[in-house]
Amino acid sequence: MILRIYEEGERIPVTIENSDPERGTISIVVQSVGKTTYLLNSLNTGDQILDVVGPLGKPSEIENFGTVVVVGGGVGTAMAYPSAAAFKRAGNRVLCIVGARTKELVILEKEMRTVSDALMITTDDGSYADKGFVTDKLRQLIQNGTRIDLVLAIGPIVMMRAVAELTRKENIRTVVSLNPIMIDGTGMCGGCRVPIDGKSEFACVDGPEFDAHKVNFGVLVQRNSMYRDAEQRSLAEYQRLTAEKAAATEREVEESCAIAPRGER
Amino acid sequence: MSPTANKSLNPLPMKERIKVPRQLMPEQPADERNKNFSEVNLGYSPELARQEAQRCLECAKPTCTDNCPVGVQVKEFVELIVAGDFLAAAAKIREDNVLPAVTGRVCPQEDHCEGKCLLSKKVKPLGIGYLERFVADYEQRMGNYVLPNITPTGKKVAVVGSGPSGLTVAGDLIQKGHKVRVFEALHELGGVLVYGIPEFRLPKQIIREQLDYMRQMGVEFETDVVVGRTVTIDELMHEEGYDAVYIGTGAGLPQFMGIPGEHFNGVYSANEFLTRINLMKAYKFPTYDEPMIDLHGKDVAVIGGGNTALDAIRSALRLGARKAYVIYRRSDAEMPARAEEVHHARQEGIDFQMLTAPVEFISDGKGWLTGARCVRMELGEPDSSGRRRPVPIKGSEFDLPLSVAIMAIGTTANPIVQSTTPGLGTDKRGYIQADGESQRTTRTGVFAGGDIVTGAATVILAMGAGRRAAKSIHEYLSTGQW
Repeated sequence: MILRIYEEGERIPVTIENSDPERGTISIVVQSVGKTTYLLNSLNTGDQILDVVGPLGKPSEIENFGTVVVVGGGVGTAMAYPSAAAFKRAGNRVLCIVGARTKELVILEKEMRTVSDALMITTDDGSYADKGFVTDKLRQLIQNGTRIDLVLAIGPIVMMRAVAELTRKENIRTVVSLNPIMIDGTGMCGGCRVPIDGKSEFACVDGPEFDAHKVNFGVLVQRNSMYRDAEQRSLAEYQRLTAEKAAATEREVEESCAIAPRGER
Repeated sequence: MSPTANKSLNPLPMKERIKVPRQLMPEQPADERNKNFSEVNLGYSPELARQEAQRCLECAKPTCTDNCPVGVQVKEFVELIVAGDFLAAAAKIREDNVLPAVTGRVCPQEDHCEGKCLLSKKVKPLGIGYLERFVADYEQRMGNYVLPNITPTGKKVAVVGSGPSGLTVAGDLIQKGHKVRVFEALHELGGVLVYGIPEFRLPKQIIREQLDYMRQMGVEFETDVVVGRTVTIDELMHEEGYDAVYIGTGAGLPQFMGIPGEHFNGVYSANEFLTRINLMKAYKFPTYDEPMIDLHGKDVAVIGGGNTALDAIRSALRLGARKAYVIYRRSDAEMPARAEEVHHARQEGIDFQMLTAPVEFISDGKGWLTGARCVRMELGEPDSSGRRRPVPIKGSEFDLPLSVAIMAIGTTANPIVQSTTPGLGTDKRGYIQADGESQRTTRTGVFAGGDIVTGAATVILAMGAGRRAAKSIHEYLSTGQW
């Protein structure tokens, strides 16, 4: 989905982590990396955001593939979780690998465990569970002769690329979920274009999930860096202002947002 | 009874009318306006409007109205201007056109009403667009809209998309007494009128006022709804109780050329470039959060020769571009942009590189655009479009240094509604199949029109489709016959 917090705000794409139609809520997990995400994580229960639109993109392809390895990196774990749960419900054997830079960034461990037949955790710095990368665990699974029918990897681009390179050699079908720069999210602007098998596709309408072995990750990294200077400037300005207000910001907060009633403003 | 049926109100004798020159549209000076986003055309004064209106020959069989996609009663409204009753003139236009302040600005009148004006056989045609704009603006300034009397029918219609065709359907049907709710995917209403067409050609305030008028008539609007995703057509009809749905989702996915380097940072689609500016106000960064590449002192080119291309490059110039090029593979004669826009763009200092096409983009090695390798073209035999096909001239390659390149070479069908609506027929390009007269689709109760049926066209053609659809939806709701 796409959200915009206030009138002068940007539109940012985020992935829905969970939803509860009865309560009329959706949950998103957002890591503070830029102004909008910091701002989002500074909101309190009962605060409002201006726009929520979605769900967008093609729904994930969920069926009984056999054994599925779900790889979640950092905040990507939040997006991997509903898929892992759905794969489990569809009758798959689900093996989950969760990776994070450091202990504090390991999220949804309990939830992931409830939907996995096995859960492996790595931290880059070894501050929690096994030191290393998610690809180390995936490589072990492959070397141990585990039969893998599908790998779903959601996380930082470098992680998804590393997973794709590993499984390409083994000929294991692999799906990644991409999060490029996006404005409208409905196929109109073309900002989210990514070369898939050499052909431009739009993450918002053709994705967000793509065959990992066809994605040009290099272009994705380069395009996502397009506004780095502006993003840093925007964040610095925001932090200067919030510091002035002595407002505390938290590194990572789980937000449960009530869906604003559809209606005209 | 038409006022012309008896005696003309026009004091000017017929043979004098042809001697009066077409009144020029007052404009902001080119070297000022190319630095601001205020409107280029300033509009007629009441005096200029009445002088221009007196040129009308009051044809017994007016070809202007016949050639208007929405059938505006030109002769009648022009005569009301001559009589000095500008509000009545506006009301006369509104009988057929719910967005006169918009079409008075962006409609290609030369292809429709003015193109067939009898005057144009000898002299310049009547300034019908300028006059339409004048009365619409006059009405807005007076704040004196006449609300029609409406008798409710109890029927509900969902309109998907708040662009020109959706608004036309909504405006026409609300006057027939149907309840109308318009769904918009973006956070602002107006579709291409707000995200696409820049302020200097169509001020956003104009749209807001037209929307206010529609609200006063009873039209309901809902933003942030992507029909096909947030709610499907079937849910609208079977769960939310809509008796009919009109699909006017508009232009689709931007096309790229498929040449090397189109993914470099600095290559935009025109849709993205214009959306960042018009909808997201990225040029006001950091007051607004959405960023865009700072164009000050940069060399910018647009690839394409349509109105969208000109809107994009003229915006770039206003945002401080040092050089602003139009790169078009054919010649002036084939350019699809309106002559008036091309003329304005040249006055403003846009550099037109005609019979030229990029063959690849060049970067700094780190993914940032530094230029385009271009080739000169010559025109060969006519192609399937009837226009002479551009053929590359061997050895004519040259490099054009650029920081930003904007692709404005057309769009393809947006698939969202089609792929989520079972039984909705599409053509081989993916556009929705709809009857050219009734705008009926292959699904009972579902109508479609505008760019999502025809592919990219103009505001007025989308409105024409909306007009036909509204008539046909009203018939369907009245008779229950499909």
